[in-house]
Amino acid sequence: MFKLKHIDDLEALSSRLRQKREEFMAVITMCAGTGCQASGARVVVDALDKEMREKGLLKKVRLLVTGCHGFCEQGPIMVIEPGNLFYCHVRPEDINEIVSETIQEGNIVERLLYTDPVSGEKISTERDIPFYRNQQRILLTQNKIVDPRSIEDYIATGGYLSLAKVLAQNTPEAVVVEITASGLRGRGGGGFPTGRKWSLCRAASGDEKYVICNADEGDPGAYMDRSVLEGNPHLVLEGMLIGAWAIGAQQGYVYVRNEYPLAVEHIRLAVKQARQLGLLGDNILGSELCFDVEIARGGGAFVCGESTALMASLEGKVGEPRPKDVHTVEDGLWHKPTCLNNVETWANVPLIIKNGADWYAAQGTEGSKGTKIFALTGKVKNTGLVEVPFGTPLRTIIYDIGGGAPDGGEVKAVQTGGPSGGCLPVDKFDLPVDFDTLAEAGSMVGSGGMVVMDQRTCMVDVAKYFLTFLQDESCGKCVPCRIGIDRMLEIVTDISEGRGRPEQLELLEDLAETVCETSLCALGKTAPNPVLSTLRYFRDEYEAHIEDKRCPAGVCRELIEYVIDAQKCKGCGSCAETCSHGAIKGEEKQPYMIDPQLCRRCGMCIDVCKLEAIKVA
Amino acid sequence: MSSNLLETVLEGRRSQPQQLIEVLQDVQRSFGYISQEAMETVSNELGVPLIEVSRVAHFYKAFSLEPRGRHMLTVCMGTACHVRGSDLILEEALRELDIHAGETTSDGEFTVESVNCLGACALGPVVVLDGTYYDHMSPRKLKELIESVRKAEKGDEN
Repeated sequence: MFKLKHIDDLEALSSRLRQKREEFMAVITMCAGTGCQASGARVVVDALDKEMREKGLLKKVRLLVTGCHGFCEQGPIMVIEPGNLFYCHVRPEDINEIVSETIQEGNIVERLLYTDPVSGEKISTERDIPFYRNQQRILLTQNKIVDPRSIEDYIATGGYLSLAKVLAQNTPEAVVVEITASGLRGRGGGGFPTGRKWSLCRAASGDEKYVICNADEGDPGAYMDRSVLEGNPHLVLEGMLIGAWAIGAQQGYVYVRNEYPLAVEHIRLAVKQARQLGLLGDNILGSELCFDVEIARGGGAFVCGESTALMASLEGKVGEPRPKDVHTVEDGLWHKPTCLNNVETWANVPLIIKNGADWYAAQGTEGSKGTKIFALTGKVKNTGLVEVPFGTPLRTIIYDIGGGAPDGGEVKAVQTGGPSGGCLPVDKFDLPVDFDTLAEAGSMVGSGGMVVMDQRTCMVDVAKYFLTFLQDESCGKCVPCRIGIDRMLEIVTDISEGRGRPEQLELLEDLAETVCETSLCALGKTAPNPVLSTLRYFRDEYEAHIEDKRCPAGVCRELIEYVIDAQKCKGCGSCAETCSHGAIKGEEKQPYMIDPQLCRRCGMCIDVCKLEAIKVA
Repeated sequence: MSSNLLETVLEGRRSQPQQLIEVLQDVQRSFGYISQEAMETVSNELGVPLIEVSRVAHFYKAFSLEPRGRHMLTVCMGTACHVRGSDLILEEALRELDIHAGETTSDGEFTVESVNCLGACALGPVVVLDGTYYDHMSPRKLKELIESVRKAEKGDEN
């Protein structure tokens, strides 16, 4: 393979590749991100490839296999251009009809269209689907136009031209100024101004400097970094290259979760391709920039999302954080100045350079610029990745984009910011989403997880869930985090199992405050947030557990019973057959009974009962 | 243990202590677990004290110190999966196989592990069996999944 030796080489290659792509009559885009692959996208792609090959269409119609489009619930997803036709839940047996009807005849296959769960209407184009229509997809839209396994695709869409632009200007200081002016803040959770971090790292003394991409997305319920790294790895690499140039770093690392096999595979391939083309290595595009990237797989420790723990892990050590009295921009990896940013932050960089800081700063709010990707999940009709400008109200995200609660439920709260964040009730849904507003309300943007909860979600159980998670993930180095979380979990478990006492709530708040104030790193400092926010907004639920020994949501198993409605039960016996605990007895054609002593409230009987005769009391 | 395989894992990484985690990742991948013998070899070859190798192997969830079963069942316990009932699914798996989380059945067939998030939140609750994702799971569907694997195994034997 030839190497790009000059900026002109890149520009020529880019226009050549673009022309080649414009020759196609149509493009069929298939999402093959982790979500769609889990729903069977790979076999659909294979079937499509075979069908088009047999019909001799591959020269005329381009089959583009991309990363995540974000609407994972509807997968496998297919978009056909021109026309923006959107097909969902596509299966291999649909391929023949799609090719013969839609591609060859121009007709729409009605049954594959998306049905809006709110209006019940069928919608044929992607852009008209409310889930997409109400978003502003600057980063995610890039996922749809490139094959993550092809550097040529990325270059054809203008990839690496932002790097070429900063190299041509030859003033690294100007890049730092531009990023500072854009108002970009770190997307990993902290929200630290990116430009300031770069400027500090640039000013730090020493010739040897590092940049790191934090792709150790540990927050449960957040997967935007996975989608960006998996769907557009070169965008992240280009961001890192620009950062390295601005700061004066020679070596970069991508620290990626091993639980994301596709992301690991794609970023490794991207690095290999970039090296082959000379976009990584010495004197990149004929400039003075010498930079290379290594991939490190995370060991599956949540605490390694914390910058100093991540750096310890990169050095091959146990991932324990250290005090940050001297910041990592001065004393980071191997005690050298290090600039660590998250995947989404790096991915924004080439776009800011391309379109200018003013363009970027025009979106968002006073203190939080640009767009942010949120993972909208839980009890909501349209689950998936949502990209909106900062300042968008929670209500717009949950109802206009998410469509509200499914199955006739009612949304009760939204949990934002993962284990460091909190739960906000419906009356806070008019709050604009930005770093500062959510923090004031007792939660945080965090890395962008948004888990919607309805009346069947118990807030005490949610607090218990996060404490269990944090107890497991606390590295144990400092006492407040290690023991404080333990004690808080004991209390919340007592409450959820019906042993709670009223005075424990005050003790819980006391403990939470102590853990917040005295823990070493951000994991411990923010660990009490899920407890504090649920206590603040859903105290009545804690009180119901303590005083009435009742779980209003019907979740806490020690406080609920399963009963069979004798009016509805026809005595078919399928519940008794499925029960693994032998808790259901009865005679055929007579109403069955559940023995509360044996019942483990696993829900299997509710699952099989066609008459909906089993209720939670 | 095949020493050739370990040779390949160590190639180009000898005397580089910072490669410890990457080496252990590959040992885990190649052998399914990290044995005492592997830890000793890695310690010698990378120049990292054995206690440090052992500490790292214990600290990170990615590493198993016991051999794993022929079938690996991973239950996602992320928030999105949790609010849709993933704890019931994990409990059913452990009950059905009569083990604790992280353990392997006595016949060496199944290992069950929980993971904090697989990033497939829209499809929750999610489990992964031998690399294949199963979405929108329920305790009943899980029971059927385990039964189908057992049936297939029996079919193979006959």
